[in-house]
Amino acid sequence: MSGAAWAIGAVLVPLAGATAALVGGARAGRWVGLATAGASAACAGGLASAVLAGGTVRHRVGGWGAPLGIELRADGLSALMLVMVAAVGIAVTVSAAAYFGGAGGGEEQGRRRLLFWPLWLFLWAALDALFLAADVFNVYVTLELVGLSAVGLVALAGDRAALGAAARYLVLALLGSLAYLLGVGLLYAGLGTLDAGGIRAALGPGLLATAAGALVLGGLALKAALFPLHGWLPPAHAGAPAPVSAALSALVVKAAFYLLVRFTREILPGAALPRAEVLLGALGAAGIVWGSLQALRQDRLKGVVAYSTVAQLGYLFLFFPLARDAGAATALSGAGLFALAHALAKAALFLASGAILKALPSDRLDGLAGLGSRMPLTAAAVAVASVSILALPPSGGFAGKWLLLSTAFATGRWGWAVPMLLGGVLAAGYSFRVLERAIASTPGDAPPVRAPLAMELSALALALAAFAVGLVPWAPLRLLGAGGALAGVAP
Amino acid sequence: MTGAALPLAVVLSSAVPGIAIFFLGEERHLARTALNLVGAVAKIALLAAAVAGVAGGTAYEWRAAFLPGIDLVLRVDAPALLFAVLSGALWLLTTVYAVAYLEGAPHRSRFFGFFSLCVSASMGVALAGNLVTFLVFYELLTLTTWPLVVHRGTPKALRGGRIYLAYTLSGSALLLAGVAWMHAVAGPVEFTARGVIAALDAPPSTLRAIFALMAAGIGVKAALVPLHGWLPEAMVAPAPVSALLHAVAVVKAGAFGIVRLVYDVYGIESGERLGVLAPLAAVAGVTIVWGSFRALFQDDLKRRLAYSTVSQVSYVVLGTAIVGSISTVGGLVHLVHQGIMKITLFFCAGNLAETLGVHAVSELRGAGRRMPLTMAAFTVAALGMIGLPPFAGFVSKWYLGVGGLEAGQGWVVLVLAASSLLNAAYFMPILRAAWLEPRVEPWPHEVRGRYEAALGLLVPPLVTAALVVLAGLFAGSDLSPLGWAKLVVGREYGP
Repeated sequence: MSGAAWAIGAVLVPLAGATAALVGGARAGRWVGLATAGASAACAGGLASAVLAGGTVRHRVGGWGAPLGIELRADGLSALMLVMVAAVGIAVTVSAAAYFGGAGGGEEQGRRRLLFWPLWLFLWAALDALFLAADVFNVYVTLELVGLSAVGLVALAGDRAALGAAARYLVLALLGSLAYLLGVGLLYAGLGTLDAGGIRAALGPGLLATAAGALVLGGLALKAALFPLHGWLPPAHAGAPAPVSAALSALVVKAAFYLLVRFTREILPGAALPRAEVLLGALGAAGIVWGSLQALRQDRLKGVVAYSTVAQLGYLFLFFPLARDAGAATALSGAGLFALAHALAKAALFLASGAILKALPSDRLDGLAGLGSRMPLTAAAVAVASVSILALPPSGGFAGKWLLLSTAFATGRWGWAVPMLLGGVLAAGYSFRVLERAIASTPGDAPPVRAPLAMELSALALALAAFAVGLVPWAPLRLLGAGGALAGVAP
Repeated sequence: MTGAALPLAVVLSSAVPGIAIFFLGEERHLARTALNLVGAVAKIALLAAAVAGVAGGTAYEWRAAFLPGIDLVLRVDAPALLFAVLSGALWLLTTVYAVAYLEGAPHRSRFFGFFSLCVSASMGVALAGNLVTFLVFYELLTLTTWPLVVHRGTPKALRGGRIYLAYTLSGSALLLAGVAWMHAVAGPVEFTARGVIAALDAPPSTLRAIFALMAAGIGVKAALVPLHGWLPEAMVAPAPVSALLHAVAVVKAGAFGIVRLVYDVYGIESGERLGVLAPLAAVAGVTIVWGSFRALFQDDLKRRLAYSTVSQVSYVVLGTAIVGSISTVGGLVHLVHQGIMKITLFFCAGNLAETLGVHAVSELRGAGRRMPLTMAAFTVAALGMIGLPPFAGFVSKWYLGVGGLEAGQGWVVLVLAASSLLNAAYFMPILRAAWLEPRVEPWPHEVRGRYEAALGLLVPPLVTAALVVLAGLFAGSDLSPLGWAKLVVGREYGP
């Protein structure tokens, strides 16, 4: 099959799966989900190998080109994001099949089972479409679809707190896309084109560029939970059912970050918002510190993991100031690896929390004493994933952090190294607060407990994958560099 | 075995059994012990082959692509073997000891799994061929030792673990900053005899700042004052772990890292020209005296030994930082000598605690009569630490003192003399109480057996005490630690 066919498949297969799950009902849901996940992942793999072999893949759906039609475009960065969605997606699907699976659980559980599969597969399709979208209006459509399906998934837990979090999430997601749409509307009114290349060619510095750029970047930053716009994230991510939290924290926030990269690097000319990169970086640095300090104060595992996401996203935002002129290629490699490793490790942590919640009455840290001997597989998943979150070598997180850090030193912007180094120490604080519970001796002899094996193993597999990225960082970097996204740095 | 496979096999010979042990059931004692011993013996055999090869001039190197422009490199060279052989040999003895020490204790799979991984990490530190590889294994060492430090899971152990991490991971951040900055200045830095700095045209202030970052980062593990606070707190760990921290892996990795930094990254001449060695020597001198001084006031036996380590490890740093081949020989040989002496002391302290329930210096009266072999081993090691001939410690101190004079740094002799006096002041009361004072009251918690302690606890300290004597008596042989240190120094200072 050609690259274009894989790209279309990557969007249509999960979309078809979502439809089938909706029609098939609760009983068929998980089988549809598992089959769709396998097929969608195969499409992402096929597309990645096509990009590796032949560079950027472009396809005009129905033969209509810009400015009217829908164009799909997969370069190395898109392909890497698709692979990330596929890897996390398979594990989330396997874990969810056990989490929502089985009979019983009453009407409430039945409703969740019924709604989860269509929403999740739809989210998958929307994410793939977003990473493949080549013009700024299609980006808007996919961004809205991602946001709405994510809100639906957050509301799935159905309790008061979850509905509150979902409502807040909905408002902010809409606000973010509205700002984005306004910005895009301004661009269209002023330039008459929605094509990324067309905008870049036509847009000069001036009021239009500044206004549109501020709206687009502001809207996306809100969706990417950039400090201080992060308030919606912890309740939504900590309150959702664990497989949903994994998908949101690993994938959905990355979509907004990905678009920020596209806009700042490819669409808006550098002169449009001269200070934007520094501002994004400074807020990211603040997010690293603030998110870590809040994570230290949480008393539930999912709360720690959710605030950790706020902190880890902060690292990604350091990309913007580091990527100016000479640092661009290394900084993009670093951010790409960091995003991939974070997605895998963060999803592992949330899936592990899900396993813990199945086996134990709550995920309160006090109750996790002796986890190492009570649930060894889950404890191992938490430990290995934490190493990557801590960015200690030789994990994937380290490889990403190393490249960002080298950019900072190589370009003389060593001030940006300080928040990264400080963030590592703070991450150790909150991670080991969890890990020491796993080794803490228990009063009496707490017996081993069992969660569904599929949940424990999917968390462990993701954690090992996050670690493995650090052993062979050149592999994802080769994909990232394919198609010219990273000219000149592929090893 | 080919040149590339050997270094990798040295690292994997403990990592593979370690990972296998995690999967063994808690009750599979025999299988676990067998895996441990097979790994340890295999490692020693591999290292023996490497020693023969390196002495004959063979180069062993394993290399794999890692980050853009950076390889993971494991290389067997002369300094690497000094540390690797020490670590490998003591690992075998510590394993025997730990199996006996932890008999009947819970969570042994976890313990021995991390124990083996920890030794693999220190092998990686020893064999690392460039800065980034060193960093990778240095951090793995931190991670794999933490579960051992907190092994007992008590609030006190967890507290010790937190302090350990707070120090070591802050050190990691500094080291990472130094390595990344160095990479930006010099590209990938391969460890090279006589250093790589001389060829760079970077500003001296930058090179000094990088040196300070890396030395501080590594200095945490080497327990340089004021970065030593974690070491006494980590004493909550079981005795075999203390042995591992003090003699086999962690502190040694720090001291060895300083050696690599000074000789194989900066080079002794560039280091002297930049003026970074004198401050390092001063810190080492302060650490030597301060550690010995603090040891005087510790009644807890293991804490007294911990402060003694703070002091003794800085002999290595001091010898490294003084310019001159003789003091370097003294520093390097002390890497080995301190290891065998200190591990003997910790084995003996563990025996006293296990068999008699004795933890404090003030409870030691009559221990010599009750446990003569243990206390004999302790005595040999303590006298070695003080620096009496013919024990190993004397050789180290002799070379350090003569080296100091040769380099025109007379203060080194004063530091050594002060430290030796303090060593005597904190060890002699132990020996006097144990041998000369009679016991009247019962032991706090006595366990009686066929021998004075279980065989697995008794044999390792006797072996290491014998090594202390042999390393001193046969210091002139080519195969002694001193002989090997001279070989290393010949290559660092040679033409």
